[in-house]
Amino acid sequence: MKIEEIVQALGLEVKCAKDCLDREVTGGYTGDLLSDVMGNSKAGYIWITRQVHQNIVAVASLKEHSAIILINSSQPTAETMDKAEAEKIPIMVSDLPAFEISGKIYNLLTANS
Amino acid sequence: MLKVYHCDLHIHTCLSPCAELDMHPQALVDRALEKNLDIIAISDHNASANVPYVQAAAAGKNIRIVPAMEITTREEVHLLALLENLFALRELQTLIDRHLFGENDEDRFGVQAVVNERGEVEELNNQLLIGATDLSIDEIVDTIHRLKGLAIPAHIDRESFSVLGQLGFIDDNAHFDALEISGRTGLAKGRLQYPELRHYPFVTSSDAHFVRDIGTATTPLLLEAPTFAEIKMALAGQNGRRIVE
Repeated sequence: MKIEEIVQALGLEVKCAKDCLDREVTGGYTGDLLSDVMGNSKAGYIWITRQVHQNIVAVASLKEHSAIILINSSQPTAETMDKAEAEKIPIMVSDLPAFEISGKIYNLLTANS
Repeated sequence: MLKVYHCDLHIHTCLSPCAELDMHPQALVDRALEKNLDIIAISDHNASANVPYVQAAAAGKNIRIVPAMEITTREEVHLLALLENLFALRELQTLIDRHLFGENDEDRFGVQAVVNERGEVEELNNQLLIGATDLSIDEIVDTIHRLKGLAIPAHIDRESFSVLGQLGFIDDNAHFDALEISGRTGLAKGRLQYPELRHYPFVTSSDAHFVRDIGTATTPLLLEAPTFAEIKMALAGQNGRRIVE
């Protein structure tokens, strides 16, 4: 499933790297401890988090995540937006909490597999 | 003349919910003197009302008290702010108070007592000091530097509330003045564990919450006098002042 399809299905607001939504999402990971995300997520995953610090872009880039979703309408900082544009990591915002958005994405991904 | 000063730059008082009530200013200073400490920083969680009382308890004694605070950032990173004087501390506290929400639950988190140098309770703080502010780590570092203080992420080797645990790594753009390694790991092992952070000064401290823990980890600083300006130079490695590793 492509990022674009998830954006459409869940009505996510795309904040940056809008031209990179054709990537394939292979799975997902939810977490706010960046050390944990670095250790346990995989390439192609969509990452769901409440952290908005610019380090999230470096982690997503390092782990080759397909995109980042910020929960609870959290807004990325200006530095985070700049880095995400430069690194071509799409950041989307959802007004849902982590539990709900993770459940919805899980359902979308498993329905398609 | 330069000489070595023994510093414990991270000590809580009974104002921190997780510290014991026996950690009042007089008891704390007595113990620090017993342990032959020259300089200690008083750093409660998001609070600082006991600092003047610790200074009063130390008046006329051969020990220097550095005003400090252990701030919880929005990312839930514990960040130590060391400041030159009470004016800077008060300004920092005003900012923190505007960005810290919730009320303490004494049964769950513990009592937060402001105690004077005579051991009398002045008041009980009812803020949720164990909580996080909504200020980013970068904003707080900038504020500390504007106040001419030192910004040191606490216990980077611990999994919880550490900059490495919460944020994964230390960005080159982060302007930390030093990194704190917990006493359990210590400076030597810290250096082996974090070769990628070799260009940062390391300090180690007790992070004492109990009287018996004061001075269990210390950083020796080579200084001319126990002043804040000298500590600043030592962390920056200027004019012969330095951390003795």
